[in-house]
Amino acid sequence: MLRDLFASGFIHNFPLFAIILCLLCAVVSFVLQARGARRITYMLLSACMALNGSVLLHNLITGASFTYSMGHFPAPWGNEIAAGLLEPFFALLFGVVMLCSITAGKNRIATDVRLDKQHFYYILVDLAQVAMFALCYTNDIFTGYVFIEICTLASCGLLMIRDAGKPLVAATRYMIFNLIGSGMFLMGITMLYGVTGHLLFPQLQQAVAASWSSGAYHGVMIVSIGLTVSGLAIKSGLFPFHFWMPDTYGTATPASSGILSGVISKGYIFLLIKIIYRVYGHSVFMETGMQNILFLFGIAGMIVGSISAIRAGTITKMTAFSSAAQIGYIFMGIGMGTKEAMVAVFFHICAHAITKPVLFLSGGALIDASGGGRDFTSLRGAAHRNPAAGLAFLCGSLSMIGFPIFTGFISKLYFALSAFAFPHKSMVVLLTLAVSTILNVIYFMYVSVILYTGRPDPERRIGIGRQKAFFAAVFLLILVNVAIGLHSQPLTFLFESGLQLFLQS
Amino acid sequence: MRRSFQQKLSAWYRGKYDFTLKTADPLQARWKHEYTGKEHKIREMERRELAFSGVLYNILCVLFCLIFIGVLLIAVAFLPAHGSPDNPAVNEVMERYVEEGMDETGAVNTVAGMILDYRAFDTLGESFVLFTAVCAVTILMKNTKKRAPDGTPVPMAVKPGIVEYSKDNIVKTVSRFLIPFIFVFGVYVLLNGHLSPGGGFSGGAILGGALILYAMVYGEDRAAAVFSERLIKTVVLSSLSFYALAKSYSFFTGANHLPSIISTGTPGRILSAGLILPLNVAVGFVVCCTMYSFYMYFRRGRIQ
Repeated sequence: MLRDLFASGFIHNFPLFAIILCLLCAVVSFVLQARGARRITYMLLSACMALNGSVLLHNLITGASFTYSMGHFPAPWGNEIAAGLLEPFFALLFGVVMLCSITAGKNRIATDVRLDKQHFYYILVDLAQVAMFALCYTNDIFTGYVFIEICTLASCGLLMIRDAGKPLVAATRYMIFNLIGSGMFLMGITMLYGVTGHLLFPQLQQAVAASWSSGAYHGVMIVSIGLTVSGLAIKSGLFPFHFWMPDTYGTATPASSGILSGVISKGYIFLLIKIIYRVYGHSVFMETGMQNILFLFGIAGMIVGSISAIRAGTITKMTAFSSAAQIGYIFMGIGMGTKEAMVAVFFHICAHAITKPVLFLSGGALIDASGGGRDFTSLRGAAHRNPAAGLAFLCGSLSMIGFPIFTGFISKLYFALSAFAFPHKSMVVLLTLAVSTILNVIYFMYVSVILYTGRPDPERRIGIGRQKAFFAAVFLLILVNVAIGLHSQPLTFLFESGLQLFLQS
Repeated sequence: MRRSFQQKLSAWYRGKYDFTLKTADPLQARWKHEYTGKEHKIREMERRELAFSGVLYNILCVLFCLIFIGVLLIAVAFLPAHGSPDNPAVNEVMERYVEEGMDETGAVNTVAGMILDYRAFDTLGESFVLFTAVCAVTILMKNTKKRAPDGTPVPMAVKPGIVEYSKDNIVKTVSRFLIPFIFVFGVYVLLNGHLSPGGGFSGGAILGGALILYAMVYGEDRAAAVFSERLIKTVVLSSLSFYALAKSYSFFTGANHLPSIISTGTPGRILSAGLILPLNVAVGFVVCCTMYSFYMYFRRGRIQ
């Protein structure tokens, strides 16, 4: 029966089902209480995991991508979604990370958010989830913009729902940066439509290639590419646009910080990669020289983010600045632009998406165990008070540093290997990787030593029994991290063949 | 007292010293300057530095904006001429929308056919953008803090200077006549969206405007009695779920090449154009509820 299901192509409907299910759950949660909304979100995230997983399996078996027209009208006229290997993989990954984040941050959500507003938290998670799916699966640039809007609004809501003053200020700053990014993206796609007359990826790519080779509208095309790329770069927090990060991630409830840094910024980056490969086409993008700009900003972000993290005075700010550095790695890889570098980029997206939520959530638990103090003096010995959170933070730090057996090591290894393809860039890449890794070691090990020194205080110790959900969710993420770190070959194959499908279409 | 790095390191390990504090915490930094005896001088220097970087920041901002505006203007100047036949946007996509739109969607209004049939997925997303905005505004503006001892919400005090339209005779008399017409016009724009310019977004905005006017003139309490939070929740829930379910039926049949029970009807009739009419009504309701609840939340922090 399963074989029939796979052969009949019924699975092609699954992305649509996942999207509609999210929308319906969000609307139904609107009239429910917090408890009901939370249960619906859990069920929804699990169901979507199954749906995306089946799509991934189906495409792995057939080895091809498919497009699915949303309605009765074929491609240039109607909307369309497409799924190769990377799309369902990242949709699945984002779903898992979201589920783990809200499971582990459940208790903090209950204390940080007023009871009569808690169901909105879960509505916004559902909406962020649908936006991520749509950004992964879309084959239409305007659909991408619409769901970027949903994503922006939902993430602002996830930040400001915490009932305090500072999160409001941080959310305002986040909103301003994000709206600038959305606006630039919209201007970019408007100009692109003006010179091509298409909105769907395959038709756009043909039109862009034809227009580029004819030489007409070169300037407009370069401005359009610049606006689109910088819009998405601002939204994902590339240096020098990372200044919203420390306040935003530092003040929000840990589950929100995990979702925002692990999932939402990665969704924008994935859309950017899709646009580079499937709209502009890789060769046109390389000819504009835009990749060198991304490369430079990526390198600068790696160093500046890490230095800011060293100077940060609180654990949440430090983790947030480290995000800026990791985004720098990703953009450096996009700037290198070879196939090997893109595989490293996908690994790094993956590594960061499963590691950063662990750091934020365990950081939040450690702060709670230290009586709410975020600075390093209060955090001393926190790992003795909450051993599970301490261990999780240590594992997360090791993965961020790039310690072998963790996924972070694999991505750094691939970055270093891909650097040798460039005669003039390889030294820069290798040096920056080395410097950045040393800086990472300095601040992550600094914190880890602080967490594990100091006197154990058995009376204030929080056992695993009181935080089962936190323990299960965080250690699931760490397990996935180690599993990928030990067996990276299947994912390398998946990323390589997924990229091949991007290039073919 | 200056300590060597090694002493600092061992102090740090014992929990007596913090490396990050002096850079991160301004209070700590000030404390450090105090016992060097140069506090005043350093403060003066900091103030000057701040003033200088403020000026530099403003100059750079203006410069950056000017360059950005210049680049955008130049890019727009090189865009293909609007309305010229060799415009790249004049292609098979536009041709089919204009020439066959009426036959394929049943809508005389081509724009309604485009947004609710050809590219309905985008519009589904747009209506959920409104829903997300309602959620975000409710989170931000819902006033749950001020409550009387018995638990009932305390009405927000009206600040002096805010015009009370309910006390203005001219506004009240004119509105009494005007509101029914605005409502009827909103319903007309809504129901006629597939035949003439208009549709869900504009009709819903008109209906929402009428509701806001009603609440302004007759007082929010009276409006809240008619349009309760419960009613708004029900309307939003049913419109959006209808929209999502109806459209997913049409996506599903369309993508799988299945026969659909939805027919386009005779173009020009009021009951035609398949799903476009009910979808317009659903979108209109959502837009109307969004606008009304925005007004109520901004005005007094709650709908009830």
